[in-house]
Amino acid sequence: MTWDQGLHKEISTIASEDASARELTYLEAIRDALRYELLRDARVLLMGEDIGVYGGAFKVTQGLFEEFGERRVIDTPMAELCMISVATGMAFQGLLPVVEMQFADFISSGFDSIVQFAATNHYRWGQAVPIVIRAPGGGGLRAGPFHSQCNEAWFAHVPGLKVVAPSTPADARGLLISAIRDPNPVIYYETKALYRSIKGPVPEGEAGIVPIGKAALRRQGEELTIIAYAAMVPEAMQAAAQLEAEGRSVEVLDLRSLRPLDEEAILASARKTGKVLIAHEANRTGGIGGEVAAIISQGAFEHLDGPITRVAAPDTPVPYSPPLEDAHRPNAAKILDAARTLLAY
Amino acid sequence: MELSPDLLRQAHYWMRLARALDDRGTFLHKQSKIVGGYFSQIGHEAVSVGAALALEPNDVAAPMHRDLGCYLARGITPRRILAQYMGRSTGVSRGRDANIHGMGDLNFGIVGFISHLPASLPVAVGMAQAFTLKGESRVAMAFYGDGSSSQGLAHESLNWASVFRLPVVFICENNQYAYSTPLSRQMNIVDIADRAAGYDMPGVVVDGNDFAAVYRAAHEAVKYARAGGGPTLIECKTMRMRGHAIHDNMAYVPKELLTEWAHRDPITLLEDHMRGIGLLDNVGLSTLLAHIEAELDEAQAFAEQSPYPDEASLTDGVYA
Ligand SMILES: Cc1ncc(C[n+]2csc(CCOP(=O)(O)OP(=O)(O)O)c2C)c(N)n1
Ligand SMILES: [Mg+2]
Repeated sequence: MTWDQGLHKEISTIASEDASARELTYLEAIRDALRYELLRDARVLLMGEDIGVYGGAFKVTQGLFEEFGERRVIDTPMAELCMISVATGMAFQGLLPVVEMQFADFISSGFDSIVQFAATNHYRWGQAVPIVIRAPGGGGLRAGPFHSQCNEAWFAHVPGLKVVAPSTPADARGLLISAIRDPNPVIYYETKALYRSIKGPVPEGEAGIVPIGKAALRRQGEELTIIAYAAMVPEAMQAAAQLEAEGRSVEVLDLRSLRPLDEEAILASARKTGKVLIAHEANRTGGIGGEVAAIISQGAFEHLDGPITRVAAPDTPVPYSPPLEDAHRPNAAKILDAARTLLAY
Repeated sequence: MELSPDLLRQAHYWMRLARALDDRGTFLHKQSKIVGGYFSQIGHEAVSVGAALALEPNDVAAPMHRDLGCYLARGITPRRILAQYMGRSTGVSRGRDANIHGMGDLNFGIVGFISHLPASLPVAVGMAQAFTLKGESRVAMAFYGDGSSSQGLAHESLNWASVFRLPVVFICENNQYAYSTPLSRQMNIVDIADRAAGYDMPGVVVDGNDFAAVYRAAHEAVKYARAGGGPTLIECKTMRMRGHAIHDNMAYVPKELLTEWAHRDPITLLEDHMRGIGLLDNVGLSTLLAHIEAELDEAQAFAEQSPYPDEASLTDGVYA
C-alpha cells in the first residue's frame, strides 16, 4: 500500500458543500478551495498555528481538521520561519503545503525563508518550491499596526514569487486553486475585511479556476479607469457607480495578481480611457501603484489625457484610534474625490 | 527570605488593580467603548507583579500582553492605559497602537510590546548589553510565553545573553496554551526551564500563581544579574483563565483544568496568606477594593473625556 492510497478523489465524485446554492462568502470560498484541493490531491496539506482543532483565528479552516485529520491539517508550533522552510522541504519531497500566517503581519517572521530560499531556489538549482502562503491582510478593523498590514509590495518585488490578492468570492476560490497547483511559491493575500462582508456566486469543480497573472475588468467605461485590488475593488465599484449616477463613464480593473501584473489588461484600459487612477490600501511609497504607473507611463504615454493618480494610504503604520485609522485608510469617498479631480483635468 | 508586610501590601494592591483594570476593560469592550481586540491577563497577576517588584526603578522590563501588573507596578497609570485602550490622544501610544501593544515608556523602564512574539526578548538583551557596555548596574527583564518559546528568536536571545553574560532575567509565562495550541504541540519537554542548561544559565521553575515564589525567584535572579552572574531563566507555571482574546470562548480548554486552576487563584492565594499573618481582614479588603474602583472610575472618566487624536496628526511621529 502506498502512503497516499485512497486519498485521491476523482474530480467527478467531489460534491460541493451545497450544490444547489453556490452563493458563498469570501471566507467560505477560500475554505471551499482548500477542501476541494485536499479532496482532489493527496499531496495537498495545510499547516499553521491554531488552524486544526480551533479552525484558525478567523475560522477559515473550520471543519477541515475533522474531515481530513491531523496528517492533512497540521497544527504547528508557533514558528513561522521554521514553518515556511518546513513547507519548502515537504515540497521538495512531493507534497503541496498550504501554510497559513495567522495575520499577514506575521509573515515577516518567516521572511528569510520566503525571499532568500523559496523564491530563488528554482533559479539557483532548478528545484521548484510549490508552496502557498495564505496571508490574511488589511485593516479597517481597529486592529492596530501589528494586525492590519497590507505588505504585499514586499513580496511583489521579489523575482521567483507570485503574489495574488482576490477581491470576490469566486476569485478567492479560483485563485487559491491556481496557487496550489502552481509550481512556484505563491503568496495569497486574503482580505480580512471581506471575509464575511461579501457573498457571491462561486463556480464548482474545475470551473472558475482563475489563472494567475490575469486581471479582471469589473466594469466597462470610457472616461476613466480605476485600477484596484483586494479591499479597494468594492470601494472603487462604489465610486464608479456614484460617478455613473452623475453621468460619467468609469471603468474598473481588478488586478487580482500583483506579481506577475497583467500588463496587457492595464495598458489596454489605459489606452482606452486615457485617465488612470490606481487605488490600494497599502501605503503609497514603493506600493504596487508605482509599478502600475510606470507600466502605463512607458506603454501608453501618448494615450494619456491626465496625470496617473494614486489613492493609497499615507506613509505611516496603520494606526489604531478610529479617527486616525479612518483618515489613514482609502475608501470610496477618497477614490471619488481623486476621480473627480482627474475627470476634470 | 521573609517578605516584608509592606511588600505584600504593595503586591496585593497591584495584583488587585491589574485584575480590576482587566475587568474594567472587558466591560468597556462590551460597551464598545474599547474597539478591536482585547486581551485578558486574569491568572497572570502573580507573575507580572512578582517579577516587576523584584526590579529597581532604574531597571527595565519588556512585558508581553498578559503583564498588565508589570506596567502598573512600574508606574504606567490606569488613566493612560484606559486612554490607550480607547484610542485617545492621552493614551500611552497617543492612539497609535492597539490594546496592550506599544504601551512603552522608557521613563518607567517599559518597552512597548512588539506583537511578533518573542521579538521583545532580543531587545531586552540589547538593553542589558548596553548596561554592561556603559558600566551601569542595571538589569533587563524580558517576558515570553510557552508558545513564544518555540520561536528561534527565543533560543537566540538566551544564547546571546549567555555568551555575553548579560544582566537579563527571562520570565517565561507558561500558561498551558498559546491561543488554542496546547503545550504538547509546542514542546516535548515538561519544563521550559530545562532549556537554560543548554545555555549554561540557571533555570528555575516556580509556581506562577504564588506571588512569593515568583518574587523570590525573580529577586534572586536580579541580584545574580546585577552582581555580574549573567542571565537566569525563570519559568512560571500558570494558567490563562480567559480566552486568548475577548472573542475566544476557549471551548478547547477542558473545564476541569480551569476549575483546578480557579482553586489556585493567585490573588486568593496571596489574600489567604495575608489573612493568616494578620495583614488583611474583610474591612481592609473592601476598603482596598473601593479605593481601586474609585481610582478606575476616575481613570475611565479621564479617558472618556480625553480627545481622540487629531486627524491632522496622522503622520506625526513616523520619524524621530
Ligand atoms: C510571530 C507571531 N506569530 C503569531 C502571532 C499571533 N499570536 C499572538 S499571541 C499568540 C500565542 C502566544 O502564546 P504564548 O507565547 O504562550 O503567550 P500567551 O498568549 O499564552 O500568553 C499567537 C500565535 C504573533 N503574535 N506573533
Ligand atoms: Mg501561553
